[in-house]
Amino acid sequence: MDSVEDYVARTEETCGEEKAFIIIFKYDKKEQAITKILKKAKIEKSISNIIFELNFKGVSFRLYSTGKAIFRNLKNKNELNSVLNELLS
Amino acid sequence: MFDPYKIREDFPILKRKINGHPLIYFDNAATSQKPKQVIDAIRDFYENYNANVHRAVHTLSQEASELYEKAHEEIANFINAKGMEEIIFVRGTTEAINLVAYAWGLHNLKRDDEVIVTLMEHHSNIVPWEILSKIRGFKIKYAGIKNDGTLNYESLESLISNKTRMVCVSHVSNVSGAVNDVKRIAKIAHEHDALTLVDGAQSVPHLPTNVKDLDVDFLAFSGHKMLGPTGIGVLYGKSEILEEMAPFQGGGEMIKEVSYNEKTKSCDITWNALPWKFEAGTPNVCGGIGLMEAVRYLRKIGMENVKAHECQLTAYAMQRMQECKKVRVYGPKDAASKCGIIPFNVEELSSHDVALFLDSYGIMIRSGFHCAQPLHQVFKLQSSARVSFYIYNTREEIDSFIEVLKEIEQA
Repeated sequence: MDSVEDYVARTEETCGEEKAFIIIFKYDKKEQAITKILKKAKIEKSISNIIFELNFKGVSFRLYSTGKAIFRNLKNKNELNSVLNELLS
Repeated sequence: MFDPYKIREDFPILKRKINGHPLIYFDNAATSQKPKQVIDAIRDFYENYNANVHRAVHTLSQEASELYEKAHEEIANFINAKGMEEIIFVRGTTEAINLVAYAWGLHNLKRDDEVIVTLMEHHSNIVPWEILSKIRGFKIKYAGIKNDGTLNYESLESLISNKTRMVCVSHVSNVSGAVNDVKRIAKIAHEHDALTLVDGAQSVPHLPTNVKDLDVDFLAFSGHKMLGPTGIGVLYGKSEILEEMAPFQGGGEMIKEVSYNEKTKSCDITWNALPWKFEAGTPNVCGGIGLMEAVRYLRKIGMENVKAHECQLTAYAMQRMQECKKVRVYGPKDAASKCGIIPFNVEELSSHDVALFLDSYGIMIRSGFHCAQPLHQVFKLQSSARVSFYIYNTREEIDSFIEVLKEIEQA
């Protein structure tokens, strides 16, 4: 079974009160990651097929066709990993 | 004749495409791209001259030493310092400021002394002083900022007293691009027998710099923001002050003699001459040579031309950004009073969203706090997006940026 590490190259945690996690998918795996995520999450808005505003089990996030995603309002990295695990498994 | 299109031919990276679009690099305040002349100089050093400096009598070491010393001389000329004795090579601006904090501050600051720092400083000109104040017990006073992001000189002047020992100020804000009158600040500081430390990370790459005219005591800047390689930077210091200072780090190169004293059962040490007293260990020889080449490149263009080009780009970008109804620009509104840095936000979007959207179109900008959280608190912002220009940027690139900004607004 695929794991988060198979797809994620780097996780950036932004500083300040408005904390967010920016996920950068591995270059050679980004298409697969995007396909998987788009299958599982609900598309709330798509902008020129470049940005997707998505919702997965109450977690809102944005996915970029360049292979990046930004998650907000998550408590910590464990919660992020748990969401990513479900999305990418 | 200044020609950014001709200049672009010297920068191999600008031929790249990112996400299917031609690269537009607007993150120059973070680091600049490198011309082939600098890349070639680095390759040439490793292919033909690589040796340790000041350590051997063999030919290669002599040649490497001459090049490394020449690099100090050329940097001294570039900022009109007295000579290479006033030019210390360090890793970058951060290390230069830490050098002053520890080599000067640790030995000269005590309880009841005061250091003045402005609220527009990069964290690198705040944190070393905060750490040191916990050790030495001196007080840090913060000078305020006006709503437009410019320095409040009245606030600064009201803080300076006979207790003030050092005034730390950036020449150009890395967030707003506001240019501070450091000559005026140095004059006021000197009237109170205080020294001035200027963070020149955002000024030396973009403005003509004359340390004799500015009369600042220390000036710190980074090579990688001015076409040079990473890992090399400069601390300029007035030689008479550097002579009096204790060394920063101990090791080889920075000593003249280390002799074991049988009587005291310890080593007697005499320091090397300036600037080597402050360059412990094997230095970044290649970095220094790369920076020398970068400075030669900038001198050939002319720093007045660099300043004028960036000023024109900034004025044009700020004017065109007004077409975007959801875009809010921060900092000084007059492009002539600032360097080529524009902080902004787009309504209802975080700065990171804006940066990621632009990235999809091959446009590289910075988002976040830009290591200047106190200034964002003054602006009452969570974070900001930032575009910053350099010699190879063009009006056409700004047009592309505006088109994408308009698309973001409509999204």
